[in-house]
Amino acid sequence: MSVHRLSQGGHINRSQRLTFHFDGRRFFGHPGDTLASALLASGVRLVGRSFKYHRPRGIMTAGPDEPSALVELRERSRTEPNTKMTDVELYEGLQAWSQNRWPSLKFDLMAVNGLAGNIISAGFYYKTFMWPASFWEKLYEPLIRHAAGLGRATCLPDPDHYEAVHAHCDVLVVGSGPAGLAAARVAGEVGARVILCERDFLIGGGLLLDPAQESWRKEMIATLQGIRDVQILPRTNIFGYYDHNLLGGVEQVGDHVAEPHPHEVRQRYRTFRAGQVVLATGASERLIAFRGNDRPGVMMAGAALTYVRRFGVAPGKRAVVFTNNDSAYATALALAEAGLDGVVLADFRRENRLAAELRAHGVDVRFGIEVSDFGKDRVTLRTPSGGGDNVAADLLCISGGWNPNVHLASQSGARLSWDATLSSFVPGAPVQAERSAGAARGIVGIGEAARDGLAAGLAAANALGLGGGDIDFPLPAPEGPCAPLEPLWEVKSSGKAFVDLQHDVTVNDIRLAHREGFSHIEHAKRYTTHNMATDQGKLGGLVGAAILAEARGETLEKVGLPTFRPYTKPVAIGALAGGTTGERFQPIRRTALHGWHLRHGAVMRPMGAWLRPSYYPKAEETAWDSVSREARGVRQSVGICDMSTLGKIDLQGPDAATLLDRLYINSFSTLAVGQCRYGLMLREDGIAFDDGTASRLREDHFLITTTTANAAPVLEHMEFYAQTVWPELDVQLCSVTDQWAQIAVAGPRSRVTLAKVVEGLDLWAFRFLSVGEGHMAGIPLRVFRISFSGELAYEVAVPSRHAEIVWRAILAAGQEFGIVPYGLETMDLMRIEKGHLAASELNGQATAADLGVGRMMKKTGDFVGRVLSARPALADPGRPRLVGIRPIDSGKRLRGGAHLVSKPGSGRSLGWITSVTRSIELGQWIGLAMLENGEAMSGKTVHAVSPLHDEAIEVVVSSPHHVDPENVRVRN
Amino acid sequence: MLLIPCPYCGARPQDEFHYRGDATVKRPAPDAGLQALYDFVYTRTNPRGWHLEWWHHYAGCRQWVKVERNTLTHEIRTAVGPAEDTPQLSA
Ligand SMILES: [Zn+2]
Repeated sequence: MSVHRLSQGGHINRSQRLTFHFDGRRFFGHPGDTLASALLASGVRLVGRSFKYHRPRGIMTAGPDEPSALVELRERSRTEPNTKMTDVELYEGLQAWSQNRWPSLKFDLMAVNGLAGNIISAGFYYKTFMWPASFWEKLYEPLIRHAAGLGRATCLPDPDHYEAVHAHCDVLVVGSGPAGLAAARVAGEVGARVILCERDFLIGGGLLLDPAQESWRKEMIATLQGIRDVQILPRTNIFGYYDHNLLGGVEQVGDHVAEPHPHEVRQRYRTFRAGQVVLATGASERLIAFRGNDRPGVMMAGAALTYVRRFGVAPGKRAVVFTNNDSAYATALALAEAGLDGVVLADFRRENRLAAELRAHGVDVRFGIEVSDFGKDRVTLRTPSGGGDNVAADLLCISGGWNPNVHLASQSGARLSWDATLSSFVPGAPVQAERSAGAARGIVGIGEAARDGLAAGLAAANALGLGGGDIDFPLPAPEGPCAPLEPLWEVKSSGKAFVDLQHDVTVNDIRLAHREGFSHIEHAKRYTTHNMATDQGKLGGLVGAAILAEARGETLEKVGLPTFRPYTKPVAIGALAGGTTGERFQPIRRTALHGWHLRHGAVMRPMGAWLRPSYYPKAEETAWDSVSREARGVRQSVGICDMSTLGKIDLQGPDAATLLDRLYINSFSTLAVGQCRYGLMLREDGIAFDDGTASRLREDHFLITTTTANAAPVLEHMEFYAQTVWPELDVQLCSVTDQWAQIAVAGPRSRVTLAKVVEGLDLWAFRFLSVGEGHMAGIPLRVFRISFSGELAYEVAVPSRHAEIVWRAILAAGQEFGIVPYGLETMDLMRIEKGHLAASELNGQATAADLGVGRMMKKTGDFVGRVLSARPALADPGRPRLVGIRPIDSGKRLRGGAHLVSKPGSGRSLGWITSVTRSIELGQWIGLAMLENGEAMSGKTVHAVSPLHDEAIEVVVSSPHHVDPENVRVRN
Repeated sequence: MLLIPCPYCGARPQDEFHYRGDATVKRPAPDAGLQALYDFVYTRTNPRGWHLEWWHHYAGCRQWVKVERNTLTHEIRTAVGPAEDTPQLSA
């Protein structure tokens, strides 16, 4: 048995021994221990160095309030820095290292910062490291990086898995102390669907500290486990309370083992949408500021009680308990019962009725006493008259009172209200469907909390229309009223008295913030970094506010606390990401021909959520080899391309043509059945939105295409106008993008190829911009004679499930002409040669006129964007217009994004290059660009500059239609 | 996260919806002139408190619905179809 382990008591399993390592040294503990309790049992007091002053620090608490006892947990890819050892469930083989010490924990060179004293006071970073700028990079930053910071994060990928689970329930109970258990039970018994979350690995909260309550705790757990609609989630911390009763939490599924079980996640991110919420989150003990209140051996009184009662550990050999309230009496008693010598209880108050019982147990109870200093194993006691006394002690327990854990209530929108009895804030009137119960709203006593929890659980169920019946179960007896607390925030003396141990903020830092004008609580917080560490100031937040209140000469109630924000406890990014990492980051959309592309060596490229073939390299081919072969194949004979990702929207109804007339700048009511037309949509502000084709399949039936990227926004835009602006139009619309695969067949031999496949449609009588229906072996086909490549071309739409049969049939038919499959790169090359628009031109800044399609605008009639596109600035002919460019020196390359200037070195940009490609037809680089006074510049030269590449290339301006500007080929 | 009571589907989480903003502005008649269109597109009152706004249930019924939301508390009072009026605020 370890030196400090008690022979009996607590919730640990002494029959089993766990081995673990801290700073490379081997230790032992038991199941039920935390890393902190096992180290205390082994007599370890010094566990870390502080953030700023590198002061030695010990274990202060027994839970997630811990400011000091931070470790790096686990190794290599599983390294977890800044982990509170009080919140780590011990497991066999655990490895942990102390942090923020150099070169070793016991001998820390950076502790000289503490001697340098006030140079690192509040606002230090703001004041010191401002000027000159060059000092920042060369001197200050490396210095700070070496001195500050806590643990080191790993740079290796996380080997573990995470998942997200979203739950709904009638009543969510947060916390499983007496109030939480009673609330869950009563709500469960009246038929509510209940989820009870407990951050700890044991259920029971404060019940775990009182052996007399053990039978009630066990009975309550057993009962809850027997109610079908009650779910108990241990190791699940609720970290945030959001709108409309949505709460977020993390379940630590596999953190209490060295590695998660195979096929199990490490953590589970959970959300809860609750009808009603009961916050039974308990209370946190607050510290008292005095010189030396951060030294190893200082411990919160409630934590000391926890170590004795729950973990069977005596956290010291000789103890002083310093308090201003009744709760620490239980600690003094427990320490005396645990066999500590000469326990001194120093009560700041004048008297207390509990003294006699403690004295009977050998506790030296003294009244009217302050602790003014804690040095090496020596506590200095001071009476109000100024008399002093030094007491030998290696453990100094402190209790400045209890703060209800109001974080979640505050996040839910409830204002906090001041409770003079507690000298603390309690939740005010609820804003959302929640109520706090037990210690979380300042109720003191196990029996009192249980009764309050029962009432809260019943009220929550009643609010949902559940209830009735006689719900009656035994509750622990009330403890009766306790003597009032006497507020005590600070024992004044020289030396450092801390209010925030994790960020090394002292009472003097708070006063300095006030003197320098940062007197608002939110300003003081940011100026001093008080409350901003991972413990969020749970121990000293209110103490700092009290110091500020004194400095301002105002009440603590008036000064208030900074806003509580998520997370109540640090949360791993991995947990929030859940399963959506790597290739599961977002759903991947695959076309019906995806398998064929992969089998034929396509290099796939993401386009939005889609994967599309980029090109189809043959053995030894470079990307350009492949693209140029594909493009030549199309231009000289025939090629085939998967166009299925284009958005497709089906419109039906007598007013379909009217709706299209009002959405596109050009007319569709004039389109004959069996015809298609290119169309451009504007946004209401007059800027080009999207382009595509609309085909009239029947009088009251249209099919439109959108760009791949805008498929969803265009549908939403159309639905908005159809449903809300012109609801009188009789038209229905629906996306059919996934239902139809679409195959482009392009090139001079596309007709003879396709004619061998398509039945029921005479392709020689089928003119440019026609749509018709045919079939292939019983499979219905829609054929469109449209062209993105600029060649004689068709697009064949086929129900997705038949896509590959038709694709292969076309390939077989084109084999004698050397048909080539081509990808996005080739498509892009050809459309730039042809001067067709794509996303780099439709960039959300260009008007129809800028893009050279202004003349498509109908002369009369309303359409979206018409009025605002006529604003003078948008109609200015000097605006950048779409042009073609090519280098005068045909050996030079062009770069997308280069700016166009009148001469190299000019600071004024006349426009920019939107798209570039190496042209097959012209044998040189060509591009599309937006250029001021575009048309008037035709034939003139400008310079394309790319300062990133230190390039300036002379280019000649032309029409954007580099190839076949007369559109002869498509009409062949 | 908000829970939006879609009049067609029932209460659904906010991430099934897209937001479009003020539902009290009406698209003017085509001949109303540039200023009227300008106000329709750009001019908003940005109230503190109750606000009638468009939400699109894109991952549900694909209907545009009018939702009365409090911009201060995020409370939602009603949600109705585009042709209906809400009791408190009229569009
Ligand atoms: Zn809906």
